[in-house]
Amino acid sequence: MLKTLRKIASIGLVSETPPVPDELLRVGRALDDRIAAVLGRALCIRHVDAGSCNGCELEIQALGNPYYNLEGCNIRFVASPRHADLLLVTGPVVKNMEAALQRVYAATPAPKLVVAVGECGCTGGALGECPAALGRVSNVIPVDVAVPGCPPHPVRILQGILTALSPAA
Amino acid sequence: MPVRRWWERGRRIPGALSARGLGVDAEQWPQVARDVAAAGGVLQSLWVSREPGSDAAVYGAYLTDPGVLVTELTLPAGGEPPHYRGLEDIFPAASRLQRAAFDLSGVRSSDPDCRPWLDHTSPYEFVRVDGEGVHEIAVGPVHAGTIEPGHFRFSVVGEKVLRLEERLGYVHKGLEQRFSGLPILQGHRLAARVSGDSAVAFSWAYCQALEGMSDCALPPRAVWLRAVCLELERLANHLGDLGALGNDAGFAFGLAQFSRLKEDLLRAVSAAFGRRYLFDTVLPGGIAVDVSTDAARALAEVVCAVCAETLELRAIYEEHEGVRDRFTGAGRLEPQLAAKLGVIGLVGRASGQARDVRVDLPHPPYTELPVAKIVQQGGDVAARAAVRFAEVQESGRLLERLLSGLPDGERAVAVNAPADGAFGIGLIEGWRGPVLVALQAGPEGSIRRCHPHDPSWQNWPALEYAILDNIVPDFPLINKSFNLSYSGVDL
Ligand code: SF4
Repeated sequence: MLKTLRKIASIGLVSETPPVPDELLRVGRALDDRIAAVLGRALCIRHVDAGSCNGCELEIQALGNPYYNLEGCNIRFVASPRHADLLLVTGPVVKNMEAALQRVYAATPAPKLVVAVGECGCTGGALGECPAALGRVSNVIPVDVAVPGCPPHPVRILQGILTALSPAA
Repeated sequence: MPVRRWWERGRRIPGALSARGLGVDAEQWPQVARDVAAAGGVLQSLWVSREPGSDAAVYGAYLTDPGVLVTELTLPAGGEPPHYRGLEDIFPAASRLQRAAFDLSGVRSSDPDCRPWLDHTSPYEFVRVDGEGVHEIAVGPVHAGTIEPGHFRFSVVGEKVLRLEERLGYVHKGLEQRFSGLPILQGHRLAARVSGDSAVAFSWAYCQALEGMSDCALPPRAVWLRAVCLELERLANHLGDLGALGNDAGFAFGLAQFSRLKEDLLRAVSAAFGRRYLFDTVLPGGIAVDVSTDAARALAEVVCAVCAETLELRAIYEEHEGVRDRFTGAGRLEPQLAAKLGVIGLVGRASGQARDVRVDLPHPPYTELPVAKIVQQGGDVAARAAVRFAEVQESGRLLERLLSGLPDGERAVAVNAPADGAFGIGLIEGWRGPVLVALQAGPEGSIRRCHPHDPSWQNWPALEYAILDNIVPDFPLINKSFNLSYSGVDL
């Protein structure tokens, strides 16, 4: 116990300032001011891997580390789409995940924000041309913000989430 | 007949890996498998090739003492649809490989279990467990955390698991078909994305196969830098897993600390190589990145600091009663069962299966840089954590040597596309275990056929055994201790 406490004390706080939204990432509609204000206070995210190579997942997981401190931005991951305000979707959508992705989207309450993460999610990427893939996420469900990169840096992913959350600039 | 005799009959497959190919007939096909099993070898992979207009063939790749033995059984076209004798009674891991091969090629094995695997268009029957008080819990494909999709069907009494059946294939992309026809000198990019967490291992295995066929002599600096990347990949994944294991055992402090260390490492990697994850670094003929002496020293210092902190954290994990309680005895896979199932890689080493390609079949630079093989007998979550803890230190030691002793010279040389029909094989010990790529060249510098194999194929079925008699709430912890790839097997 003492060792644990000593470790916590010696490391201190390492959290960094979150990035500002970037309108260039927006590919869909912008949120209404009032909804943005409500969501800005506490955002729930559901992640869906629709066919990724699992590289993008590693950078999404990194958002939880003490540097990016997602929870410090009042953003957390939830276990059910019914509790989610925003879907974070990775990969090209593959045929075997098409129905599951559509079901998750249907179960998500309004405003149903969708952020496509990674080159594959944005354009189909390296994997989107595979015969059992359907290409970019927006081929299957509407996408509001697309974050390119293979995989994108965690700060870019966070920026994408914050862009989806902010009203149009 | 002793495996050695089969080996001697084989034709050498050129390249850095000790490998031989052997054409067999229908009678010899299971005989080789039996002889390999009797000698303690394992089935590394099984796949089918079926080109339009030519005979189909089924391949079995075995890990044996002298090297990788690839058997090829030709299945003549014409007349009846081609089929072959399944190997599932000799190597249980063959079953899903054969079912996947059927979905991809239409070539059937004799395995009585012929349910689809990658093909999700037809209905699927799970095995039902009957009995008083038995009920089923279905989880997935989409899971609660940030992980890949797959379906788990538990049969339970109260909280106790009587049976687990996995249903995978959700992220099936058609990778193998995509490989066919691509320029062979560019296939490493797709190989890196078979399972992104093993990008270095897969792209190296791909390049090893290709360079063998092309008779390409790699510059020493390139192989050393590749090993730097491979060990960094191992380190990063192990750190991530150790944090997640602490978290799943109710010790959030562990996740906070290890995810911080992993981030420190990734930032140092990014400073040295311009990227956090090492996609597209290994390329045919060498490597895309290089480091100055100063950058190498800076990276080595961070690695050293991360390893020192990991040692401290190990002591904290070991002293934490809650963690010890949850780790010890959970998800035990006895060495005997692990041997029977042909479990490989990290999970195998935690259950007494002492195999590591870097030690058993060393290729440069490991020929000059002996690796200590880490083996545990416990087979439980604690043993799988212990292997990771020890491998962090071992990779740290290797990185220190690699980064301080980088040979001078070129980081890449030109590679010629191999002749049509040439066959190559690559095998690299990734963080999860041995990653195999079998590659066949087509006309005009194209790929005829590429088969990538992740060790998760062997280890997913073992998880179904490890969970037996454990309680459902321990599944996330046990599953994490295996941390298998979905993308890598869904292809
Ligand atoms: S964008 Fe890159 S890292 Fe992400 S899923 Fe696609 S290939 Fe993998």
